Amino acid sequence: MAKKNTPNLDFNSSWNYAPAPEDTKHINLKKQYDLFIDGKFVKPTKGKYFDTINPATEEVLAKVAEADETDVNKAVKAARNAYNNVWSKMPAAERGKYIYRIARLMQERAREFAVIETLDGGKPIRESRDVDVPLAANHFFYYAGWADKLDYAFPNRKPQALGVAGQIIPWNFPLLMAAWKIAPALAAGNTVVLKPAETTPLTALKLAEIIQESGLPDGVVNIITGAGKTGAAIVNHPDINKIAFTGSTDIGKLIQKSIAGTNKKLTLELGGKAANIIFEDAPIDQAVEGIVNGIFFNQGHVCCAGSRLFVQEGVADIVIRKLKDRLETLIVGDPLDKNTDIGAINSKGQLDTINKYIKIGKDEGAEMYQSSCNIPKKGFFCRPTLFLNTSQSHRIVQEEIFGPVLTIQTFRTVEEVIEKANNIPYGLSAGVWTDKGSKIFNLTTKLRAGVVWANTYNKFDPTSPFGGYKESGFGREGGIHGLSSYLKF
Amino acid sequence: MARIEVLKTYKIYIGGAFPRTESGRYYPLKNKAGRLIANMCLSSRKDFRNAVVAARGAFVGWSSRAAFNRAQILYRIAEMLETRKAQFIEELMQQGSTAKVAESEVNLAADRLVYYAGWCDKYQALFGSINPVATSHFNFSVPEPTGVVSVLAAQDTSLISLVNAIAPVIAGGNTCVVLGSESKPLCAVTFAEVLNSSDVPGGVVNILTGKVSELHTHFANHMDVNATIYYGDDAAVIKTIQELATLNVKRVFIHNKSNGSASDAQSPYHILDTQEIKTTWHPIENIGTGGAKY
Repeated sequence: MAKKNTPNLDFNSSWNYAPAPEDTKHINLKKQYDLFIDGKFVKPTKGKYFDTINPATEEVLAKVAEADETDVNKAVKAARNAYNNVWSKMPAAERGKYIYRIARLMQERAREFAVIETLDGGKPIRESRDVDVPLAANHFFYYAGWADKLDYAFPNRKPQALGVAGQIIPWNFPLLMAAWKIAPALAAGNTVVLKPAETTPLTALKLAEIIQESGLPDGVVNIITGAGKTGAAIVNHPDINKIAFTGSTDIGKLIQKSIAGTNKKLTLELGGKAANIIFEDAPIDQAVEGIVNGIFFNQGHVCCAGSRLFVQEGVADIVIRKLKDRLETLIVGDPLDKNTDIGAINSKGQLDTINKYIKIGKDEGAEMYQSSCNIPKKGFFCRPTLFLNTSQSHRIVQEEIFGPVLTIQTFRTVEEVIEKANNIPYGLSAGVWTDKGSKIFNLTTKLRAGVVWANTYNKFDPTSPFGGYKESGFGREGGIHGLSSYLKF
Repeated sequence: MARIEVLKTYKIYIGGAFPRTESGRYYPLKNKAGRLIANMCLSSRKDFRNAVVAARGAFVGWSSRAAFNRAQILYRIAEMLETRKAQFIEELMQQGSTAKVAESEVNLAADRLVYYAGWCDKYQALFGSINPVATSHFNFSVPEPTGVVSVLAAQDTSLISLVNAIAPVIAGGNTCVVLGSESKPLCAVTFAEVLNSSDVPGGVVNILTGKVSELHTHFANHMDVNATIYYGDDAAVIKTIQELATLNVKRVFIHNKSNGSASDAQSPYHILDTQEIKTTWHPIENIGTGGAKY
């Protein structure tokens, strides 16, 4: 029971943060971006372009080319030629050195990448600066070293490149996902046709610029922009050997179906609805930080977000009270401000989806709690949202919302929470909070999920494999396990 | 008067029991001379669904057995198979093998079980890893069984195809439902009897007889099956399986000569097919680093 005389915490009247906006003057954005095919920026065949906007201001940042089937054909042809004539003939160590170069160039231009990522996608600059961009560079650096060591990773198996990889990535970690896809593909000796998401194409196109600077042979990496139709043309292209997709489970299923009966190799990194489990013996303050990081990191646009909170009954009141207090301190607003905790929702469409689910949650009878913060009038923003008194059958508990919306359930026993946590079609990630080591290992063994964070959450590293169980997809990205997705034996 | 032989009724194997097919249907199995050998169960979708329920029920227990214990049980299957060698040879000959070929098939089946028994507590060290992350965390990855696996065994042999299909799947802690060879089904049922007397818990392996053409869609579209393995070359069947598998993002594995994945090979990588890699993170305390030396 919450004590009656608990004072209300006041975070606003005494202390205010002065704005600390990141400078954008050094950012050099072109008005219009073409397709990166065969080492050159080329105009789309049909001459069509679409706008990419800043979701925090709704202002147009640049026009971006829309690739159609002819353009996809060109890109695949360039990738095939580069594979046959250059990349597959190059000594592996030399291949690796090109990948190292890309990593270095990305590190040198890290701030520029971070600012553009935030402008185009709406994520707080603190995250793009400290997480997305350094991890992306590290990913290239890590996989570069594998290029000439593949025989040690797969002894007695004679690993060989697949050929041309078609890669389709989402809008939540645009540059990082490009790195997760391109780096292992190149290290394994493949060439690439990559399509970034239509709402966040700019950092991938910037990456194309540094790929050009790096002197990587023409056609080894091709980056083409467009929406679902462009993606479908890649998936269905007969001269592609491998499809790697990160995105929603619905689209993932469509892709799996469209390549049925072909010899294309496939990896899918799809949706999630992770359980984040707080036991009575957890370090409560750390756990509350973990809950916040789990669901509000990147506005909740995270496939492994800890979107289902399970709190053991004995500590439910105190955890929920502390969580509500912490919610009040979160700063929602200008993504370029270094104080901002929660930036802009990536697009109008996604904001509509989130609001639809918030309405569904209320209609289902769950109790909603939102932070009282002000949100900017322009741009796409959503207050951090909790739903209490939810149950397993609620749609907001079963379906991926992909926004800053947390559902909260309580539990009594270990068996109960394992059953509830696993009772979902997804299986990407999970979190466990307890000070008891044996309990951690019991839970991490029984949770059907590809990544389990114990007493931490949302941590990523190029050496650490990432990927799901069940309908969260198959194949791993990162680490030694991420290599086999791009090799045949 | 000559003694009247007691003939065996060949039934299917679900949840550790030997029921007849619920469909009541059968197909006659004849030898080369056209004489009836047996009436085999023509398993139905309902049989398959019952088998999946049994396999799911057995999964938690089997996957949490000590790896060493699974190794002993697989070795025990080899022991039981070896003691029934004469029976398997006779059945293989009834289905058209020569004595020599029959004997080598049975020997190979037993040896293959021993091979996979040995892997039960070793593949984890091959396929797991400790990952040197850049932050202050302990991070490791281990293989875990994917769950319930449906398997359409190769059609060309009666016994070894079945062992090839089952051994790597259960060595890795999965449970399975297997369809035996349609034209050579006798050993499937007799092998089920071996499993039944080998300390393999009921439901871990479920064996059906019947037609690929009737059952492959159900093997691939069941929502509580995590992976489907097909040993064969029929392009239409492969495409259908791959399409239906998308309903719940099943993992699909095709073994045939045309894709270079020969069904008769033995390899720890066949175990890896039906494993999921799980990665666990935990913080490492990083305070007072200027203190203790070691």
